[in-house]
Amino acid sequence: MSNHAEAHHDDSHYYKIYFTLLVLLTISIIGPMFGHKHVTLVTAFGIAVVKAFLVAKNFMHINLTPRYVIYTITTTLIFMLLFFAGTAPDVMKDHGTNWEKPSWIAAQKAYEAGDLVGASHGARITGHGAGHGEGHGEGHEAAHGEADAAAHGGGHEGGGH
Amino acid sequence: MSARPIATTRSSAGMPTQRLAVWWLIASEIVIFGGVLASYIMHRLAHGIWADYAANTNAWIGAFNTFVLLSSSLSAVLAHQAAERGDGKRAANLLYLTIAGGGVFLCVKAFEWTTEISHGMTITANTFWSFYYTAAGIHAAHVIAGMIIMGFVAQTAKRNLELHRVEIIGIYWHFVDLVWIFLFPLLYIAK
Repeated sequence: MSNHAEAHHDDSHYYKIYFTLLVLLTISIIGPMFGHKHVTLVTAFGIAVVKAFLVAKNFMHINLTPRYVIYTITTTLIFMLLFFAGTAPDVMKDHGTNWEKPSWIAAQKAYEAGDLVGASHGARITGHGAGHGEGHGEGHEAAHGEADAAAHGGGHEGGGH
Repeated sequence: MSARPIATTRSSAGMPTQRLAVWWLIASEIVIFGGVLASYIMHRLAHGIWADYAANTNAWIGAFNTFVLLSSSLSAVLAHQAAERGDGKRAANLLYLTIAGGGVFLCVKAFEWTTEISHGMTITANTFWSFYYTAAGIHAAHVIAGMIIMGFVAQTAKRNLELHRVEIIGIYWHFVDLVWIFLFPLLYIAK
């Protein structure tokens, strides 16, 4: 059992936190209804961070654990950010200096033209011409890209050309 | 000579070993869920059409499930408090209530997935739905695991035995709730 007395709150404390979480949940639902990007970011994701903090502090009592536990958890979160920062530059781009993702480019063009079906089938549109299925991207292109790659004797996975 | 495992009595790390273990577990879970969510976010930002796919998810169902999990977290922490007071029976009842919350969550999820799959939005439909079912599926697996373990903990707590376990499963359950707090806006709100 817990050996830190600080965790012994009256039950009413947890009800207060619970109702606070419900109010925050309501705000996170209503906020995006305004259709404003920044309001959505703040109300949906900003409030998610606040809710997570309330749960971690008041329900999990993370603030009452030894300092090294908090450091460990923080380290894993930093690793997550490092993973994002390290891979996002390649994953999120559709071309680089010596490579491109034809299926993504086709899908993006189709999407910008309002062609949702084309956007969903970017790899099929470009797959035969390019000859290399990406195995990534919009809509059905993952499956089609691989199918196209197989049809052409195997594509170049991931990096493209 | 006591037959209790040393993990339930030793606290050389500044806290009981079993609590330390659950925090280690959570640290590794953060890497698992963090990897999935980070991958989802980078793809979501790179592809405008994912907003159109996300528009097919039902925000009200997601919100209801968030409410259910937050409520189950409340009952879990109240169970912990009851265990601290040595009231094993109340702790067990509250754990059963938490399990029921998990059950409601899974039933709603099953209804939601059935509807989506019947409309062609399957895990192989496109990359968005692959992420959707993978992230929510891994989370649901954790809910199921938590419910099963909680059932065993409640059984012993009911007899006023091993009450320290109530806190341990509670920490795990709050983490599962915490993951959903981030899944909800990512999969249901950002459209």
